[in-house]
Amino acid sequence: MNDLEKLEQDLLQAVAASGSVASLEAVRVDALGKKSSISLLMKRLGGLSLEERKEKGPLYNKIKRRIEQAIESRKVALEMAELGAKLAAERVDVTLSARPEGEGRIHPISQALDEVLAIFGAMSFAVAEGPDIEDDFHNFTALNIPPEHPARQMHDTFYLPGERDGSQLVLRTHTSPVQVRTMQIQKPPLRIIAPGRTYRSDSDMTHTPMFHQVEGLVVDEHAHMGHLKGCVTEFCRAYFEIADLPLRFRPSFFPFTEPSAEVDIGCLRKDGELKIGGKGDSGDWLEIFGCGMVHPKVLEACSIDPHTYQGFAFGLGVERIAMLKYGIPDLRTFFEADLRWLRHYGFAALDIPSLGGGLSQ
Amino acid sequence: MKFTLSWLKEHLDTHAHLDEIVDRLTALGVEVEEVVDRGALLEPFTVARIVSANPHPNADRLQVCTVDTGEKRVQVVCGAPNARKGLMGVFARTGTTVPGTGLKLKKTKIRGVESHGMMCSAKEMGLGEDHDSIIELSEDATLGLPFAKAVGLDDPVIDVAITPNRADCTGVRGIARDLAAADIGKLKPRQVSTVESTFVGGTVVTLDFTKDTADACPVFAARAIRGVKNGKSPQWLAERLKAVGLRPISALVDITNYFTLDLARPLHVFDTAKLSGDLVVRLSKNGEKLAALDDKDYVLEDGMTVIADDSGILGLGGIIGGSATACGPETTEVVLECALFDPTRTAATGRKLMIDSDARYRFERGVDPESVLTGMEAATAMILDLCGGEAGGPVIAGAVPDLSRTITLRLSRIAGLGGVEMNTDTVRRILRPLGFTVSDDHDEVTVVPPSWRCDVEGEADLVEEVLRVHGYDRIPAVFPSRETALPELVPSPEQSRERRMRRQLAARGMVEAVTWSFMKADVAKLFGGGDESLTLANPISADLDVMRPSILPNLLTAAAWNQARGQGDFALFELGPAYADTSPEGQAKVAAGLRSGSTGPRHWAGEMRAVDAFDAKADALAALAACGVGGDILQVTDDAPSWYHPGRSGSLSLSQRTVLAHFGEIHPSILSRLDVKGPAAGFELFLNNVPKPKRKGSRTRQLLDPSPFQPVVRDFAFVVDEAVTAAALVLAVRNADKGGSLIEGVDVFDLYTGKGMAEGEKSLAVAVTLQSRDKTLTDKKIEAIAKKITAAVAKATGGRLRG
Repeated sequence: MNDLEKLEQDLLQAVAASGSVASLEAVRVDALGKKSSISLLMKRLGGLSLEERKEKGPLYNKIKRRIEQAIESRKVALEMAELGAKLAAERVDVTLSARPEGEGRIHPISQALDEVLAIFGAMSFAVAEGPDIEDDFHNFTALNIPPEHPARQMHDTFYLPGERDGSQLVLRTHTSPVQVRTMQIQKPPLRIIAPGRTYRSDSDMTHTPMFHQVEGLVVDEHAHMGHLKGCVTEFCRAYFEIADLPLRFRPSFFPFTEPSAEVDIGCLRKDGELKIGGKGDSGDWLEIFGCGMVHPKVLEACSIDPHTYQGFAFGLGVERIAMLKYGIPDLRTFFEADLRWLRHYGFAALDIPSLGGGLSQ
Repeated sequence: MKFTLSWLKEHLDTHAHLDEIVDRLTALGVEVEEVVDRGALLEPFTVARIVSANPHPNADRLQVCTVDTGEKRVQVVCGAPNARKGLMGVFARTGTTVPGTGLKLKKTKIRGVESHGMMCSAKEMGLGEDHDSIIELSEDATLGLPFAKAVGLDDPVIDVAITPNRADCTGVRGIARDLAAADIGKLKPRQVSTVESTFVGGTVVTLDFTKDTADACPVFAARAIRGVKNGKSPQWLAERLKAVGLRPISALVDITNYFTLDLARPLHVFDTAKLSGDLVVRLSKNGEKLAALDDKDYVLEDGMTVIADDSGILGLGGIIGGSATACGPETTEVVLECALFDPTRTAATGRKLMIDSDARYRFERGVDPESVLTGMEAATAMILDLCGGEAGGPVIAGAVPDLSRTITLRLSRIAGLGGVEMNTDTVRRILRPLGFTVSDDHDEVTVVPPSWRCDVEGEADLVEEVLRVHGYDRIPAVFPSRETALPELVPSPEQSRERRMRRQLAARGMVEAVTWSFMKADVAKLFGGGDESLTLANPISADLDVMRPSILPNLLTAAAWNQARGQGDFALFELGPAYADTSPEGQAKVAAGLRSGSTGPRHWAGEMRAVDAFDAKADALAALAACGVGGDILQVTDDAPSWYHPGRSGSLSLSQRTVLAHFGEIHPSILSRLDVKGPAAGFELFLNNVPKPKRKGSRTRQLLDPSPFQPVVRDFAFVVDEAVTAAALVLAVRNADKGGSLIEGVDVFDLYTGKGMAEGEKSLAVAVTLQSRDKTLTDKKIEAIAKKITAAVAKATGGRLRG
């Protein structure tokens, strides 16, 4: 081994022996700095003959490069080790809880309404609205419910002291007055649904003084009971997401429709649990819709010629269909604003019902 | 209304099974609510005889009986004092569940003696209260026969809901007629013969009405009957009434009740001995009194239809009779009343006096006018039959009104309205059994409704008649079809933004509530409401008596409720109505939110802080942004209503007139008034004031044109007077380089008061973003703008750079 080889070996050993980026830097200065042995040898090259220069120059350069490479790779290794040690020291307990974020909720009534609107929207129903504080004319008289008619007792009405156009003020007992308001300002063909708050002075296990209804109205020249059946059937099957949901239409009475019908859906009761769907024959029926052909007197009261136009109307209870679909047991809890209830039965903000994207999860 | 199967079969000749009848009734629109088949319920219990009864060897009060069940003889231990040899009773074998106790009988040893079954008491059968003695049946009862059958309890009771239009179905015969029209058997003919009268008069009736009020009682028939004996009703009548829940009283009273239920023909009988003078039917005067048969005293108002005599009011026409002239066991002579009272007054009087009677139930729906005469004849016949005596001649005041009308029914209308093709034969086959007279024409028929169908007024009613008997299930469903593949989507822009706002608030961690539209008046007054005009005349409770002026009080009440249940930190919101007055325009659509407690639960990593006005402001701004309103056009002022903290609340508006929202911390005195533990911050947003979204022609957005040059951010800290608002400072900075348009953003990043600041001064620091669009900004240029900014702030606010 000549001196040159020894020098290289010593330097490489020193590189390998350095235990930190800082000591490696000292080795680098020592090995490659201006005062290093290699630098001295390089400097002396100038005083050598051409022949010697040709021989020694490349030799020195090679040594220098090898040492540089050794330092560089040692540096990477040391840095990795130091980073590893640093990261090891930064260890946290990942079983600790994540930072809390408030989770919002959509009320089941809003969710059910959005589902209803998604379905009827796909049937091209527009949404109409009317005031909660109605007058006797719009709530009763125009709907063919004359004063003292027993039908008025089907509606336990809340009264307000004032009058509007000589007509007693009431809290609307159903969303049907929106039918009247719509027909008074729009000409057929009409295809609307009217969701909203309704009020009856009734409070017990299954009644609350306020609840929500959706009213539907179709008026044109041809709509008949068959269309009504089709429309209601499609809705029920889409809403409950049961393609073969059994439905039963049976005659009933509403003063503002003639003929009138009530619609039941099939269900099964077993061990106190209620399941929507199943065979209507072996199971039970649950009333869900009131509907019928708009009474000619109602059309007349709204200045629509009953000889030219006809149509159907329907109404359903929003809380009721939400309770049935989502298994919510008690109607009264809808309005208590109990956070435990809202968080449990409510829906995530991004659960937006649509027919294309899925009505519900 | 309740009736029994055998009662129905008095009118309907049918072999149809109970289930078939029940299904068809519902299909006809007579909704069956319940069927109680006691025969099926009591099926295991049979008639048996005690053939021997000997003392129990180990118990004084017990006997060991041998019971002949008709099949075999069994040993039964019995404790009833009336158990004895020869007694015909009710036997339950082992394995039977006893209805009165719900227990299943087991083969058992009672004090060492085997007992195979039980002799039952009325209580054990669920038929009465008698628990001590066992049921005793008559001697001639058939051994082994089901007990229910032996005593006539095997008659199923059917309870139906009658819709307000079907007066005729408030009588069993009307229901039978509907079933007959639907091919469930044949309606049995009913013979009404006139009863010979053996004397003239015996009573005088006057209708005392004006021309305007004559419709209150168009006709009143009365008939005197002498020499009656008012004992107990025969068993068939008493059992029938009992089965449907009526208590048999006496033959005369039971007969009137029977006709009410059987033929929907209410009647009344007066005890002639208790009448003073002639009968007068008239309208009542305010303050007149009636002691009624329900043992209550009523004070009448003007205009109620009454029957009176010289002594005063005898009864309310069509509703209830008086106790003073009621028939009792002593009665020997009666006046039978069979009249017609108008539905409107009957309903009004019944509602005002809160009397629900079987008579009112029928008269307010409309009783068959023709039944005044036929009903009187039939009732007279039954009275003579059951009570003996002789009848006087009928006395009829007024006349049976002629309500007959003719309606044309087109087949095309049945198809057009009902969606069912039907021929005239079918129409006739349906309508004629219902009592309608139908012409023999084709295409369209002329129909005369029977006198008992006052509900049938027009063609649509007839379409319903033929459809419901034909069966709604046979109407083919027609599914909506359209000419395009996609429906025309029609949600209005207002509805869409409402939905976006609701989901936006929920996405911000707020929980949606739905609360009552009404609230407590004195709370409403704290929120600018509680006006008399918005107070309910008949609230459901004193806590819910006035329409809410704001949603916030309801959310605050909910806060107190939830805090009381350990839920302290939360964010609630509601989107619903608030009422300024009773007009349609007075109903505002409002979104309100309330945050209470801390921004979050205690957490190892985080600092929680109390919610404040800026949380509420952020909620309000987010909700507005969901409506497409935001940015510089919003003005912020510090003028929120009185229910907010006066120094920590504000309003967001487009102009001074159009306030879009209030936000801020809730006033501490409101919090304590509503038992809410603070802190709490909320907002109210008035959707009606938010500019209506435009249906844009194009959804294209403005082209993005980012600058190729880096923005420069420079910080400035200004010392300003405490009264200078952040908005004023930001505005001054923004306007510093008008023309130059290099200032792209101004954000307040620090607010400092305290040490180093003079009294009444504060430091506001802003980060100003400078953005050039055509070249890199030089230090010189930046320095020039900084000078402009400093000068502009000094000019607008008196502020100076902080040293």
